[in-house]
Amino acid sequence: MRFYEYESRRILAREGIPLSKHGFARSAEEAKRVAAEIEGPVVIKSQVLSGGRMKAGGVKFADTPEEAEAHAREILQLEIGGHMPRGVLVDARAAIKQEYYAGVIYDGVRKRPTFVFSDMGGIDIEEVADTNPERIGRGHFSTILPHMDFRAKDVIASIGITGSELNRLTPILSKLARLFLKYDMTLAEINPLAQLEDGTFVAVDAHMDLENEARPRQRELLEELGVGDEETREAREPTEFEIRGEQIDAVDHRGVAGNVTEFDGNLGLVIGAGGGSLTLFDAVRRHGGKPANYCEIGGNPSVSKAKNLTKLVLEKPGVDKIAVMMSIVSNTRVDIVARGVIKACLELGHDPAEKIAVFRIPGAWEEEGFKILEKYGVEYYDRSVSMHEAARRAVEKVGAASDGAGPSVDEHPPATVDAGTSGEGEAP
Amino acid sequence: MPGTFIDVELDDSVRGDRELAAKLEEACPVDIYASGEGVEVVEENLDECVLCELCIKAAPPGKLRVRKLYDGTALEA
Repeated sequence: MRFYEYESRRILAREGIPLSKHGFARSAEEAKRVAAEIEGPVVIKSQVLSGGRMKAGGVKFADTPEEAEAHAREILQLEIGGHMPRGVLVDARAAIKQEYYAGVIYDGVRKRPTFVFSDMGGIDIEEVADTNPERIGRGHFSTILPHMDFRAKDVIASIGITGSELNRLTPILSKLARLFLKYDMTLAEINPLAQLEDGTFVAVDAHMDLENEARPRQRELLEELGVGDEETREAREPTEFEIRGEQIDAVDHRGVAGNVTEFDGNLGLVIGAGGGSLTLFDAVRRHGGKPANYCEIGGNPSVSKAKNLTKLVLEKPGVDKIAVMMSIVSNTRVDIVARGVIKACLELGHDPAEKIAVFRIPGAWEEEGFKILEKYGVEYYDRSVSMHEAARRAVEKVGAASDGAGPSVDEHPPATVDAGTSGEGEAP
Repeated sequence: MPGTFIDVELDDSVRGDRELAAKLEEACPVDIYASGEGVEVVEENLDECVLCELCIKAAPPGKLRVRKLYDGTALEA
């Protein structure tokens, strides 16, 4: 979940990272008061959970409290990226000598957090990585061993920073790393981290994302920030389709039918299992398919839960067929899911053999499941057909052409299908 | 009325057996049985049957059968 900038700043302040003088205001009058307290030129920044604030007119400069009030009034009524602002941040416009970037992100490949530091702050770090990669320092650190400041120092020094600047920057980057771990962040960045004319450093903007699964563990922080349980803090509001998906999952404790996410394609997906959802979704895209949705089923959902999720997907406008696919690892019963998806087809007046493009769930009770699928003429595969190959066949059956967003089939040939079933493991 | 995939056949001689009804209600993990005047089958839950055979074990031999409508076979004591 994302934090607003004003919340990110409160987290930085909690951990002793220096900040420019600022205040959060929910009204133009409050913004005027904050600007008067700052006693100098200020920046008024819209507090929305989307990027592109400057371009959208959500950041304005003011020399007087009256000007700040007027700008705040405009910004508070300005929708950016489909979001109305929560308020405005009134920030002192400091005389900046140089801007830096300080960040900590999680490296999913190395499975460790990593520092990212640059002396080219104030712009997207991705842009710096493209144009001046030598100006970025990186370095992993442990989530288990105690954090040592020298790791941060090494990263900063790696781009040629020395002397008092190195000594002043090290504790800031180190504190950022500590708060990243302490608050279960997936991203913690200060951009820009500004060096003022007097040589001191202050955070001028901050962005933080908390791991969703850590919300219960971070209750104290969230309560302090006033973040309610009902606030999803996603990049956009959930659609009606997604809300109905949540309800299907919530009303029945058995198994999972979660993370239902709407897309605009024609191939409905009933997918899941131990990372299988993401793999299968990507595989469908890679083969030129257009998913109508994403979801994660597993943990042995009831027949009715599998049925209701399938009905939701089938009833979505534009869905031609569904693909029911899982990895083997969840041990979700094949027969139970088979019953659910077939029942959904029947209740909606569809022929399961026609509507289910492919059924590829190997694993527990598969023989029983395959009997059900055979009775209704549904094309099914066991573990000898890889997830990628199943996705390819589903895309072929729904007849989708590539939308151009993903590589073509030729660029990524499907995995070969092993002949026969070994009974151990599954095809890659 | 049977489910789409599962049906339960109960011998007439035990339909009014309240003791059996209570045992079946307790045994079934997916609430296919309810106890009232005797054994009641909750039709809307029939397809939730996980084929655990707990009801078969709770019933007297030959008195209860769980029929798999998709292959014509049945579970019975």
